[in-house]
Amino acid sequence: MSFLRRYAQNIGALIGLAILVVVVLVAFAAPLLYPVSPWQGVGEPLLGPFEDPAYPLGTDLLGRDIAAGIAYGARVSLLIGIISTAVAVVIGVALGALAGFYGGRVDDMLMRFTEFFQTIPAFAMAVVLVAIFSPNITSITLAIAVVSWPPVARLVRGEFLSLRSREFVQAAVVVGQTGPRIMATQILPNAISPIIVTASLMVATAILTESSLSFLGLGDRNMMSWGFMIGAARTMLREAWWLSVFPGVAILVTVLAINLIGEGLNDAMNPHLRGRKG
Amino acid sequence: MKTLEFLIQRLAKAAFVVLGVVILNFLLIQLAPGDPAAVLAGEAGAGDEQFIAQLRAQFGLDQPLYVQLLSYLQNILSGDLGYSYRNQVPVADLIMERLPATLLLTGSAFVFSLVLGIVLGVLAAYKRGSLGDSLIMTGALVFYATPLFWVALMAVLVFSIHLDWLPPFDMESIGAGYTGWARAADIAHHLVLPTVTLGLFFTAVYTRLTRASMLEVMNLDFVKTARAKGVPKGRIIRRHVLRNAILPVFTFASVQAGQLVGGAVLTETVFAWPGIGRLMFDALMQRDYPVLLGVFLVTAAVVVLVNLVADLLYRFVDPRIETAG
Repeated sequence: MSFLRRYAQNIGALIGLAILVVVVLVAFAAPLLYPVSPWQGVGEPLLGPFEDPAYPLGTDLLGRDIAAGIAYGARVSLLIGIISTAVAVVIGVALGALAGFYGGRVDDMLMRFTEFFQTIPAFAMAVVLVAIFSPNITSITLAIAVVSWPPVARLVRGEFLSLRSREFVQAAVVVGQTGPRIMATQILPNAISPIIVTASLMVATAILTESSLSFLGLGDRNMMSWGFMIGAARTMLREAWWLSVFPGVAILVTVLAINLIGEGLNDAMNPHLRGRKG
Repeated sequence: MKTLEFLIQRLAKAAFVVLGVVILNFLLIQLAPGDPAAVLAGEAGAGDEQFIAQLRAQFGLDQPLYVQLLSYLQNILSGDLGYSYRNQVPVADLIMERLPATLLLTGSAFVFSLVLGIVLGVLAAYKRGSLGDSLIMTGALVFYATPLFWVALMAVLVFSIHLDWLPPFDMESIGAGYTGWARAADIAHHLVLPTVTLGLFFTAVYTRLTRASMLEVMNLDFVKTARAKGVPKGRIIRRHVLRNAILPVFTFASVQAGQLVGGAVLTETVFAWPGIGRLMFDALMQRDYPVLLGVFLVTAAVVVLVNLVADLLYRFVDPRIETAG
């Protein structure tokens, strides 16, 4: 059975994909749907949800449209989630590949390094990094990448370690291919499916981390984000519940969708493991 | 491998990580915005060049980096984590004062999530494919995707604001003057919401892990043998499967100690819990970098300690474990 058909058999994965498509469309269409900046007050302050059809999710203390904030927040969440994961995957694949392929002392050193980063409390480290390099989209993305690459490195190392002794790799060695070339063209393509599964789940975690950082006030000051909206609404919980409820639902739904996709990919790529995980 | 050799190896590893964190911390201090001498001069109300240069010499800030690193290491080893200029207190004092509250919160959240997660995971595996299994796994999926701080806020909204069952802030009733058991009960009452909200995410993780691990072991030959012998199902689950399935859960749980601390920063911020997570948040707000980095260092050290203890416990729980792992 083809990969796509196996994926399509998983209802949860299809729902996840549908939700993610909607979130991506909203993120792209945000400037069209809401031409006015989400920081700009547009309506009466503290309108409840559905009180005014123009602002279905209500407005905050400064009359800013919650729906517009959520639409723009989707851009930040997806952007940071995807780019930080990409950076983490590049770091993890590079270190894991070197460790698994060369083994010996290189492996020892790189794995010590990886373990070190895995032991340090990840979120606390992200907080410290963002605080010190002043919160902006680059520092947030890099901080999340720095704390999330170790699992990739371990995974890739394991894959490389087991693939290295396979016959087709030995054949490539005999033919005279260089180490880097064997790693990139022989081993990596065969290790790609678990990397994709892990990466997809990492995007979800990265979005959660980003929202937590901006909830603590460590978001980019120029970009509206879901975590920031909840953080700003925290003190108004008693008076205006909708300010913190809707952005939270947006995070929950997006992260849930990405997790469902990740699990669907896992089942579709490793059919023999089906039903054993999760 | 001999136990002593194992012990020394693990201690060396832990020391290595702590040393690494200290060096990392030192580098981060160097990168932190603001010249410490200028900050000091500012606090003292004088800003002229000569005074700043004098301060630099006095605190060794004009020394080469490695000399500064060595003296920093010396300070850390003697328990000096720096000075909080905003609060006018040594950082170590601030942290030590707050640490018990955080240990109480993370400890109870850990126990809560581990117990609930294992119970739910075993139930789901036992009734695999049933409605109960689907409900448990859907719940786990949802809480795995929910931001901690948002669960905390929603819990306050429902249980404190609307139902008025549980207190939304602080660790104990201010000014109530409880002592002894009354005070313990008061703290426990305040502990419920933070523990549950911090624990739910990890409950989801452990539930999924326990279920997967149980299902894996249930497929093994010795379980089939037990079933063929006619051992009752409940007994197979308890005596044969659970005992073997639980170890990966414990392994993972001990690795997660660091994540729990990160969650505590968020939970304590929402509930105004007087622990080091809240201290970290306040330090962020006040741009108090010595406190921020001090908290980071202490949490990392605590996590290393927890991992070390977990490693040693394994030796007793499962003697098969080799040190190479």
